[in-house]
Amino acid sequence: MFKSVRGRLILIGALVLLCGWSLVPETGENGERLWPLKLGLDLQGGMYLALEVDTSADTLSEAGLNDAVDRTLTTIRNRIDQFGVREPTVQRSGDRIIVELAGIQDPERGKAIVTQTAFLEFKLITDGTGFAAALTDIDEAIVEVVGAENLAVDLLAPEPVPDLSDLLEAPAAEPGTDALPDTAGGAADTVGDAGETGDDDPSAETPAAVLRPLGTLLRQGEGPGIFLAPTQDVPTIEEWLALPEVQELLPRDVELHWGSEEKGVAGATYLELYALEEDPLVTGDRLADAGPASRDPTFNRPIVPFEMTRQGGRIFLRGTQGNIGRNMAIVLDNRVQSYAVIRGPLERRAQIELQPGASLQEAQDLALVLRAGALPMPISVVEERNVSASLGEDSIRQGRIAFILGIIAVVALMLVYYRLAGVLAVGALVTYVILVLGALAGLQATLTLPGIAGLILSIGMAVDANVLIFERVREELASEKTPRNAVESGFSNALSAIVDANLTTLITGAILFQFGTGPVRGFAVTLCIGIIASFFSAVYVTRTLFLIYLNRRVAKTLSI
Amino acid sequence: MRVFREANFKFLSARRHAYVVSAAILGVGLIGLVARGGLQAGVEFTGGAMVEVTFADVVETANLRAALTGAGMEGVQIQQLRGGGEGSEVLLRIPMEEGDETQARAAVGDALGATWAESDFEVVRSDALSSKVGSDFQRRAVLAVLISFVLTLFYLAFRFEWRFGVAAVIATVHDILITFGFIAVAGVEMTLSTVAALLTIVGYSLNDTIVVFDRVRENLRKKRREEYRETLDRSINETLPRTVLTSGTTMLALLSLAVLGGAVIRPLALVLIAGVMVGTYSSIFVAAPALLEIHDRARRAAARAAAHSAG
Repeated sequence: MFKSVRGRLILIGALVLLCGWSLVPETGENGERLWPLKLGLDLQGGMYLALEVDTSADTLSEAGLNDAVDRTLTTIRNRIDQFGVREPTVQRSGDRIIVELAGIQDPERGKAIVTQTAFLEFKLITDGTGFAAALTDIDEAIVEVVGAENLAVDLLAPEPVPDLSDLLEAPAAEPGTDALPDTAGGAADTVGDAGETGDDDPSAETPAAVLRPLGTLLRQGEGPGIFLAPTQDVPTIEEWLALPEVQELLPRDVELHWGSEEKGVAGATYLELYALEEDPLVTGDRLADAGPASRDPTFNRPIVPFEMTRQGGRIFLRGTQGNIGRNMAIVLDNRVQSYAVIRGPLERRAQIELQPGASLQEAQDLALVLRAGALPMPISVVEERNVSASLGEDSIRQGRIAFILGIIAVVALMLVYYRLAGVLAVGALVTYVILVLGALAGLQATLTLPGIAGLILSIGMAVDANVLIFERVREELASEKTPRNAVESGFSNALSAIVDANLTTLITGAILFQFGTGPVRGFAVTLCIGIIASFFSAVYVTRTLFLIYLNRRVAKTLSI
Repeated sequence: MRVFREANFKFLSARRHAYVVSAAILGVGLIGLVARGGLQAGVEFTGGAMVEVTFADVVETANLRAALTGAGMEGVQIQQLRGGGEGSEVLLRIPMEEGDETQARAAVGDALGATWAESDFEVVRSDALSSKVGSDFQRRAVLAVLISFVLTLFYLAFRFEWRFGVAAVIATVHDILITFGFIAVAGVEMTLSTVAALLTIVGYSLNDTIVVFDRVRENLRKKRREEYRETLDRSINETLPRTVLTSGTTMLALLSLAVLGGAVIRPLALVLIAGVMVGTYSSIFVAAPALLEIHDRARRAAARAAAHSAG
């Protein structure tokens, strides 16, 4: 590029200064020294999440999916901003969303905040009669679809089903449950019928269980429209309720929702099943603010106060005014968080009560996700990677030692083998290290663990160009050339091999970058930067050093 | 200091021996591959969950298994990463149902928390991928290796004669196969890092072959009165000091990485070391002989054609 040694030195000096300058550690806000290289999650610790919008519920057009992903991205970004993580990354990659949270202490909590749909609805609890009335038909449909034999096995093992009438009469003391004795009566009739058809079965309870699969499992809960299901049977019940034949039989304006936390009753655990009105009074879209969370002193439950928008307040007021005295459920992501009697008209301000088992932090996180808004659709985590900060520190320490020892070994070998020319090669190698690290810092490239491996590998390979040149110079010297001529032709003859060799490696590096993610990309980046820097340092810098050496005296011999 | 000054080895006369050596190494690798039932694919390619845990005290595999099965986690593969010394470092591969992979980390934490105090163990790393993402990575890895082959072949065809390109690809395929054999025999897990190592070996092996071929091309231009085989031998011998020295410095750097770089990076370093060794060997004993065989075949064909047209 430059003919004169001075021009060459200025170019090299400028590059080295530029790279060296980008390596000077900056001082952070708290006076701590910041590491000049951007470290990958595998080195500084943190969490990597790849998320996909869950389209199993709806089928979306391409544009619709595109829009859903974009809106999800915005919401997640909002939440992360409020969560307060240093330099988070939230970006789109195809139809996936990539979230990187560096240095996160509690990955599970971070994951919950990112992935919670946070779809909030306020719905009235029905009196349960509609559902109870449909129960007989639903049971018949289940028997028909699933088959009586399969049900018997499912239900009777391992523990016998408790007597139906006991279960249904138990909560009869509570007012407003008059719907259930009807059901019990209906059930008794069916039991009678079943006794005739299924008389080959020795167990008296079996026919009832077989023909009233759902009715047998459910018992009356705390109030009208609330039922209890044994926890271990919840998956089976979910399966039944999802059957299209059963869906058809559910009353049109009723929707079933599970509770959010198990309840212990008489030594067994139950999950509540709520029969809610389908149309919500108001949804979380109308939320203006939520939080700060606190703990209710009397019931020791965490509570999250919230405020509706002006319009939301009007809708809420209209909805609650006409329903004073009824129970309203707070539904979060299709699960009933809690319910309460509407004592008076509600407007803009109200609060969500969490289960007593919930921590205050959970309540705060809920306030956060409610503030940031609900996700347009549920999302699922398709890839999750966590590295603890301590492992990252170990990796850096070990990588640094390996890097330094690798350099020392290579330098020693070059010095022993090439003596003075070896010193020039070492000079080139030092330039190389500064250039590579400086370029990594300057280009904001991320250093990963495989990236460190790539760096160490490239030290070994960086001297290759020097070796090619020096061997060539030695050959030229052997054919009685003067040192200056030998160096000239050594460089020019070695060049084609160096270019070809470096370009093929560069091609490989580019493909690696294209195909890889995270750590592997880091490897590709350091490999490519390493190749370019080694080409510059081995060819340009070494040649300049040779020129200086040869210019200073009329060299008769060359130590190589 | 100099090595192999004025070296004059008859490499190509020994090529049949080299074929036997290559075949033997490939055979061992193939046996290893079959004996182990194929390559051991990591969770990055199969999908699933992997959790790495460190313990303050030494923990026996049996105790660990008991703690996990006690919490209902069956079929967990346990691998001790650090033998002896203080504490334990274990890698757990956890079979999870499709869609539940990302719950493995919390499940392991709960299971271990029932037996050990929270301060006595730490989940230091976890990877969880759905099988969809895994097969995605698999497809991309295969594609990456194929594309790198095609592109470098194009480059070689552009820079050299076609027969050089073919010989270089034969040598590279040889290297890749042997490295696969090494991966199988050494029980290294196939991960994205291992694929990165394989691609790097493609680059290194070609690099080494190109240096020899560059010299062959140059010596052919000088048109000495010598056999093609002699030109090849001369070229290999002339570049031998460089071949030895560059593999030497690269090996030193990689050894440093393998010994000091830590458990996470060691498999990558080992695969690279195997690849550099075989890449160096192949430019001398596979690439150059392949070039000779192609040349001889072409010449015989030309001679036959000439005889045919003359007769």
